[in-house]
Amino acid sequence: MAFLATGGDIISQIIYAASMMLFVVFMFYGQRIQMYVMIREVEASLYKLKFIKEEGRKIAIETLKEIGKPTVDPSARVDRFLEYFTISPQSMDPAGIVYKLDHILDVRDTRLKDEVKLMAPASDEIQVNNLENTLEAAMALTYIYKVVRHYYIQGKKTLSLYTIMQLQMILPLVMKEAEAYASALKAFAYGQPIGDGAGPLVAAKLMYGYENRKVPKDCVVATVPIEGRTALIIKAEGPGGNVGKPGDAVQTVIEENEGKIANVIMIDAGLKLEGEIVGEISDGIGAAIGGPGVDQYKIEESIAKYQIPINAVIVKEDIGDAVSPMRKEISDSIDKVIERVKNVILERTKEGDKIIIVGVGNTIGIGQ
Amino acid sequence: MEETKPTSTADKISTYLVTIIMIVLALSIVALLWSVMAFSAGQVEYAGFLLIVGFMAMALSVYMLFQSRRRVSNLKIDTPKTMTTVECKKCGIKTVREFQRGDYVYKELEKCQKCDDKMLVTAIYREVKEKEKVYNV
Repeated sequence: MAFLATGGDIISQIIYAASMMLFVVFMFYGQRIQMYVMIREVEASLYKLKFIKEEGRKIAIETLKEIGKPTVDPSARVDRFLEYFTISPQSMDPAGIVYKLDHILDVRDTRLKDEVKLMAPASDEIQVNNLENTLEAAMALTYIYKVVRHYYIQGKKTLSLYTIMQLQMILPLVMKEAEAYASALKAFAYGQPIGDGAGPLVAAKLMYGYENRKVPKDCVVATVPIEGRTALIIKAEGPGGNVGKPGDAVQTVIEENEGKIANVIMIDAGLKLEGEIVGEISDGIGAAIGGPGVDQYKIEESIAKYQIPINAVIVKEDIGDAVSPMRKEISDSIDKVIERVKNVILERTKEGDKIIIVGVGNTIGIGQ
Repeated sequence: MEETKPTSTADKISTYLVTIIMIVLALSIVALLWSVMAFSAGQVEYAGFLLIVGFMAMALSVYMLFQSRRRVSNLKIDTPKTMTTVECKKCGIKTVREFQRGDYVYKELEKCQKCDDKMLVTAIYREVKEKEKVYNV
């Protein structure tokens, strides 16, 4: 208690010395302290990514065991599956690259499906598709985790502020994507429709009650009368997780009709910008289809060959909504999309015309 | 569907962090005790200073403790409730129930209670409870 008597002076000296020390420390080590703060932030996100990745693997294995009834534990095979990679074709001479990529994607698809069939022998075709989607979501989570971990370790090893800074800057977007895949896992495992299924849902609603037939590849087409026109409605074959190959389907249907198609209308889920409302509808021109570009190329090639006009209607949603169970706002917007499609038909075609309507997207949980 | 619980590895809070928090908390209590003693010794200015320092340190340590706990509790995958709408196209009866594995849109179900027509799954969706923040720009 003796020092309390001279407290005032000592305290001012301590505060002065401490502030001087702080000034010197920040002058020389400010950047390093900033880097450690960033590393801590990245580390926290990396822990979360690791947890999500492990949960993804666990859900995939549990679903495989539950549905596929394998005789041996599929864990080792799942681990191998999660490490699969696909090498895209060489693009130094880009002529013909679309068909090379198409072939590589076909081989990949067949290989993944064969693997799933081996891991889950008791599953039917719909379940194989759903399991493949579940495993692909788990695969995406594993890849995201590994890439973030790579840059985190590299940044820590080299103590490079700029490596860590770049990683920290993009982390919110990476985390959003990882969380979207995490919620997609359960949707795929249970076979629930996802936001990306807006297009197939519109097509299913239009073709329900009419006879449909299969068209290459993994798609169905139905002939439906709409507003005095004949609509050929195409969607991926559901209700298993499947996007089909709408490029091939459109090409086939156009060739079957010898190019006598008045209009092609594509319906798809489109990425919304911040500030836009989920389930908002917008229409425009062009082939509304994502993915690696092969199907878009084929559709554009077919319509250019016969000079067929193409229109598109999109349902706006963000990446999280697109891969997670379908939001009510998106489900409710389907009738409005149909109204918009009918408007396009009335404005852009004449009575008696033949048109093609394509519902693009993953048809998981949506029949026809 | 239940929420996924965090794994045991995710449950851990860094012991290093907890030690620091505990030291700061102990020091803040000492500062508060000293402030009482200084006040009874008649050194009001010094007592006030110790009181501020003590409270600030205590607030900081409690905040850090809650922050680290919150980070741990965030580690879970939310599985939102998904609903299935079942409809009879003939008599218009509409029911909404929780999603069951095997449901899909346009799946034909058992016969309608009112008429003989088959019930149909017309929608499967999840409802988002929290409202998105609106920016008036």
